[in-house]
Amino acid sequence: MTGANDDVPDGRELLRVEGVTKAFPGVRALDGVDLSLRAGEVHVLLGENGAGKSTLIKMLSGAHRPDAGRILVRGGPDGAPDGLREVQIRSAQDAERLGIATIYQEFNLVPGLTVAENIFLGRQPRTALGLIDRKAMRARAADLLRRVRLDVSPNTPVAELGIARLQMVEIAKALSLDARVLIMDEPTAVLTSEEVETLFGIVRELREAGVGIIFITHHLDEIGALGDRVTVLRDGRSVDQVPASTGEEELIRLMVGRDIAEQYPRRRPDEPGAPLLRVRGLTRHGAKGTGGAPARPVFEGIDFDIRAGEVVGLAGLVGAGRTEVARAVFGVDRYDAGTVEVAGERLARGDVRAAMRAGLGLVPEDRKGQGLVLDASLQDNLTLARLDRDTRGGLVDRRGQRREAADVAGRLKVRMSGLGQHARTLSGGNQQKIVIGKWLLAKTRLLILDEPTRGIDVGAKVEIYQLVNELTAAGCGVLMISSDLPEVLGMSDRVLVMAQGRLTGELPAGQATQDAVMELALQSPHAAPDGTHTDESAMEGSDVR
Amino acid sequence: MSAEVKTAAGPRAAGGGTAPDGFGAWSSRAVLRNGPLGGLIALVVVMAVLSRDFLNGQNLLNVGVQASVTAILAFGVTFVIVSAGIDLSVGSVAALSATVVAWAATDQGLPVWLAVPLGLAVGALAGLLSGALVAYGRLPAFIATLAMLSVGRGLALVISGGSPIPFPGAVNGLGDTLGDWLPVPVLVMIAMGLIAALILARTYSGRAMFAIGGNEEAARLSGIDVKRRKLVIYALSGLFAAVAGIVLAARLTSAQPQAASGYELDAIAAVVIGGASLSGGSGKASGTLIGALILAVLRNGLNLLSVSAFWQQVATGLVIALAVLLDTLRRRSAR
Repeated sequence: MTGANDDVPDGRELLRVEGVTKAFPGVRALDGVDLSLRAGEVHVLLGENGAGKSTLIKMLSGAHRPDAGRILVRGGPDGAPDGLREVQIRSAQDAERLGIATIYQEFNLVPGLTVAENIFLGRQPRTALGLIDRKAMRARAADLLRRVRLDVSPNTPVAELGIARLQMVEIAKALSLDARVLIMDEPTAVLTSEEVETLFGIVRELREAGVGIIFITHHLDEIGALGDRVTVLRDGRSVDQVPASTGEEELIRLMVGRDIAEQYPRRRPDEPGAPLLRVRGLTRHGAKGTGGAPARPVFEGIDFDIRAGEVVGLAGLVGAGRTEVARAVFGVDRYDAGTVEVAGERLARGDVRAAMRAGLGLVPEDRKGQGLVLDASLQDNLTLARLDRDTRGGLVDRRGQRREAADVAGRLKVRMSGLGQHARTLSGGNQQKIVIGKWLLAKTRLLILDEPTRGIDVGAKVEIYQLVNELTAAGCGVLMISSDLPEVLGMSDRVLVMAQGRLTGELPAGQATQDAVMELALQSPHAAPDGTHTDESAMEGSDVR
Repeated sequence: MSAEVKTAAGPRAAGGGTAPDGFGAWSSRAVLRNGPLGGLIALVVVMAVLSRDFLNGQNLLNVGVQASVTAILAFGVTFVIVSAGIDLSVGSVAALSATVVAWAATDQGLPVWLAVPLGLAVGALAGLLSGALVAYGRLPAFIATLAMLSVGRGLALVISGGSPIPFPGAVNGLGDTLGDWLPVPVLVMIAMGLIAALILARTYSGRAMFAIGGNEEAARLSGIDVKRRKLVIYALSGLFAAVAGIVLAARLTSAQPQAASGYELDAIAAVVIGGASLSGGSGKASGTLIGALILAVLRNGLNLLSVSAFWQQVATGLVIALAVLLDTLRRRSAR
């Protein structure tokens, strides 16, 4: 279980990260991060969403370059003698040459090609004539597939594989590189418990073979089962390095522990307002799992209410189904069962316009990809959700729009050069104000905020919280999805927690502590594939009603 | 365009021996700063210098007539390109609409006031079908409109039996010249340009085009009914194509089923030269007009210079590539 690696003779340092810093516009993603990886070690990288894990591994795989700090790798491209030397990783090819392979959460596979072609993409074995040696490629692919215990033919098109098998193909691809350093970004997030066991077996074999593995997971129980050491990241800093045998409570404390006094200026209403939103039994079936495994629902049996003047936090891990629930409520995606009612009126399924007419608004998780038209003016962005309303006699009242946009931009204190400025050129915090401003102008009564402050600096965060206060003071309801636990606790009047597509609990503001929320969020990982509720969820569920 | 400028300025500078980089540098800077309009002005200056016949009123009106059909088609295509789509069918739809007008009026004896709206409706319907394939059938716009390109041309041939149909006299007025100097096609072009500008800037559909082209998902999440808007967008493109087809047939006094073949590429080129991005979210009716004028000035000027039609094609291709290249550079430096 513990597998502390200090006494393994081959525990030489393979990779060292020293004081690496990386800033993106408006946010410091990494701030002096240190990390050390030994041969034959599983080193867990732990941290909340947004703590900087992804930025760090992207730096090691050549996607980002550090602003400051050093990355050292044993040996080097030209087979330098033993010892760490500083390297510049400018591209994925550089990383590959240094023996660093990364398996991302999003797969990098070409659906139309076969498993073997994907594994050797760009590195296909050649015949003497320079043609691709399909026979050798298939044989080597079959070999790798055996190592990952994946029972598919190398000729299978990747498009025919389920998500767990795709994960295994990615691992086979990484193995084919003979990587000395293997980075795995939440490899278990999409796997069933059996598949996780297989994966762990493979990881242990690699560890025996002296590979150094950086393993990112949100499932704390996996840390003790697989890991050797843990580096905890928080707000872009490496706060501590502890053995994997460290208790879960201590790990949680390291992950989330920070002082939050006046950072969350929530003013809670004295008494609950009128019911606004009522969601009952909301369910969406998942896609079929692999190997005939029953499909895990995307979300199932979701019940909750939101009242006027209330902020309800929706906590949980990435992949728990929170965003999916929000999108279903807002009519972006369809659902298979259940009802959504606003002020007693049932909303049509999959109809954004109906949801908007009922007073709903959604600030999506992906601000740039879904919230803004980046190359359109701020005026166009702010007035987009009320284009119908501003159209009279077939013509859009552009002057009126300008007035409204100027008004709301002033109220939100958007720092801009003018309303004609393109949304792309604003900082993250100001961009988010534009998205929220769009819904203010659309006369939204119930606003769903999905990760409203992700990637936003502290000052702008507080401004957004104050905005939430203004909204609720004016009688709006707010559903706030956030992976930032202190934010959920600091701003919510009630906290709902989801895990694996189900609500696992509800905590009033007074009882919601980070440990309590984390416990609910981490509940039953990989369990109950048949979709039965756990006792807790049944109990808390009744509480919700 | 700067290559035109340079090749033009080259011999001049060599001959005159003065200010070797003065005019060339000035004009390329003007092009960089003002985009399509600067390009058009530079091109006009070059043509005026190279050909004494270019800069007289009659010839300039000729340029306008030559630009008119392309420009009207291109206004319609602007809607589609602004919304990040593409319409390859406009040349065929233009021919089909004109054929329907001629068939209805000449062959079937329908009154003109019925035949013309019928032709316009056929154009809009063709666009609507392309739009339905894109929005509801989820076909790539390239494929859906490629199919319509073939279907439209085929139907025009079927209806006409493959031979030209005389265009009704009352409509032929659209190809006339008023008061011996003002060509009606130019007036139609200006009118359609104003309508296109109004649609883009001031209507719900127009604003939705920019939102859809800029970020379709954000538009959908802001309550824009993207699918229905796409129907409108492609139907508008078809409608503009029908107008262009009728103007063309009026100029030729007959509806020819093979007319306007390949015009879709000129229309797309005009939109893109005019500063619209094929990835959507930007575009202006005025830019498209300038794009169509640039193409027409180039052809007219090269004709006056007796450049062979074969070399004209080479020059046109170079201008398209250069115009977009310069525009890309301009945007990059502006960012």
